Amino acid sequence: MNEFQRRQVKNRVIVVVLVVMLGVYLFPIYWMFSTATKTKLDAFSLPPKWVWRPQAENFRNVFYVGGGGALGKVKGVEVKPKPSAFLRQLGNSIVVSFVSTILATFLGALSGYVFSRMKVRGKDDLLFVVLSSRMLPPVVIAIPLVMMYRALGLFDTRFGLIIMYTVFNLAFAVWMMRSFVDDIPIEYEEAALVDGYSRFQAFFKFIFPEMRVGMVATAIFSLIMTWNEFTFSLLLTGEKARTAVPSIAHSLGTAGVNWGHIAAGSFLMVIPVVVFTFLLGGNLIRGFTFGAIKE
Amino acid sequence: MIGIRNTWANRVSDRGMLYLFLLPTFILLLFLVIFPLIWSLYLSFCEYSANTANPPVFVGIRNFAFIFQQREVWDRFIVTGKFVAMAVVVEFFLGFFIAMLLNREFYGKGILTTLFILPMMFSPAVIGKFFRFMMDTNWGILNYILGKLFGIPKIAWTTSYEYALPSIVVADVWLWTPFIVLLSLAGLSSVPKYLYEAADVDRASGWFKFRYITLPYVAPILLLAVLFRTMDAFRFFDLVYVITEGGPGYSTQIVPFYIYKLAFSYWHTGRSCALAYILLIIIIALSNIYITYLNRLRRT
Repeated sequence: MNEFQRRQVKNRVIVVVLVVMLGVYLFPIYWMFSTATKTKLDAFSLPPKWVWRPQAENFRNVFYVGGGGALGKVKGVEVKPKPSAFLRQLGNSIVVSFVSTILATFLGALSGYVFSRMKVRGKDDLLFVVLSSRMLPPVVIAIPLVMMYRALGLFDTRFGLIIMYTVFNLAFAVWMMRSFVDDIPIEYEEAALVDGYSRFQAFFKFIFPEMRVGMVATAIFSLIMTWNEFTFSLLLTGEKARTAVPSIAHSLGTAGVNWGHIAAGSFLMVIPVVVFTFLLGGNLIRGFTFGAIKE
Repeated sequence: MIGIRNTWANRVSDRGMLYLFLLPTFILLLFLVIFPLIWSLYLSFCEYSANTANPPVFVGIRNFAFIFQQREVWDRFIVTGKFVAMAVVVEFFLGFFIAMLLNREFYGKGILTTLFILPMMFSPAVIGKFFRFMMDTNWGILNYILGKLFGIPKIAWTTSYEYALPSIVVADVWLWTPFIVLLSLAGLSSVPKYLYEAADVDRASGWFKFRYITLPYVAPILLLAVLFRTMDAFRFFDLVYVITEGGPGYSTQIVPFYIYKLAFSYWHTGRSCALAYILLIIIIALSNIYITYLNRLRRT
């Protein structure tokens, strides 16, 4: 075997090792799926059932109260399933994540452009203020926020949660968008300015469309982060506006836990994240370093 | 050309545009971050409980003095330190190892890498909750597998003094090792190939190549990763909340969780704000280093 072949073989062995490691690593996700699709009895049986008939009952029961057997006619009375609290919470998650993501991405694109291209007095300090709003522990501002929200009637409203998440994502969006604008050749605007457009027009006509890719990446990131957020939702909402994540963590967590439900709910929360992560592709590293490292 | 000039959009000056673009961002920050911060600074100098009708009473630095005298506050910092140390060390070595393995050309590299990175995108609260299920003493799958493969007797993961903190570390490692993988990969791919080729010509050892070529290129990014993870551990408490709820006793109460308890279970609002401010100063110091570092990376 020559040097080249030896390297080939070594590479192949390492890839096999990697695949095995990945299998072990992602086992919890597999187990989540299997618990979600097993009956209550099977979910707890040890040794575990490696072969089982998948059933959707847990998923149905997550969405509808009065499902599980009591459907149809019971003693001559029609039993209709009622939407569960989780369904409403999932709806809250969707509304809150999408609205706050759109707001944060748009405002972040505007500020990101200014920070990338224009002279701003105290730019570094302003950028630091923006980023530190993201770095601070949520619990630090949560204490006065809860009082403020109660006083203003924002407590337990979707609107209150939306503006909080907008701020939470804004810091990230500003830094991210700044790095994307840095990548757009400055000649685009220069040409437009020479043509007699104002900077404002040039921005919307020529630069903003160029920022598309960056905005999509930023938006996906904010979506995932809002979708997963726990602390603010836990502290700033009650019954009405609570999102799905803290409700999985919280309401189902007492004695007599139905783990099949939790697994089903968790699995539903995890699926969109998987899709989004694949959509992000090469922008992952950039997002996690606030635009500092590009791939 | 006339048409371009006569619209309202063309009369927006550069300065006007700057304010128009920055104001919404900074108004939101002022309203939802800076104002609450000032308020909580004020509250940290007050004797106050948010669940009573009594207004805050100014007491000077008494809250801070109290915190520094309390043995239990120091204990919480020690727990936090232990947690950060254990989690970051394991994540660091495991993550860097996986990245070293991934750092080669092969078919399906993209998908494999993304799959390895997935866990860090999941919600810690959701994952933590499920880990609690898997780590149950009697019917958890973890104890079953450990018992079958290695004959380890059942461990009371989340409910015993010795294992409660390690169980949070396990979940944290699962969630955040991918972060180290991601950053290490970025670092590894920034090493110019010709350096290795030159080293091969000189018949350098693998260790030499690692120590004098790979490491210097990867080190700055790894430092960044460690800094980021440390800051994170001072900020969030989702995992603790769902896995052990701070127990048993106080054995897993990291500082942010303790602040949460102070504020929303014991209703010592003033005192919790004081402790929150101490935490904030630590975080600002750390993030200052972090941002300086980020900016240096951006320039190179």
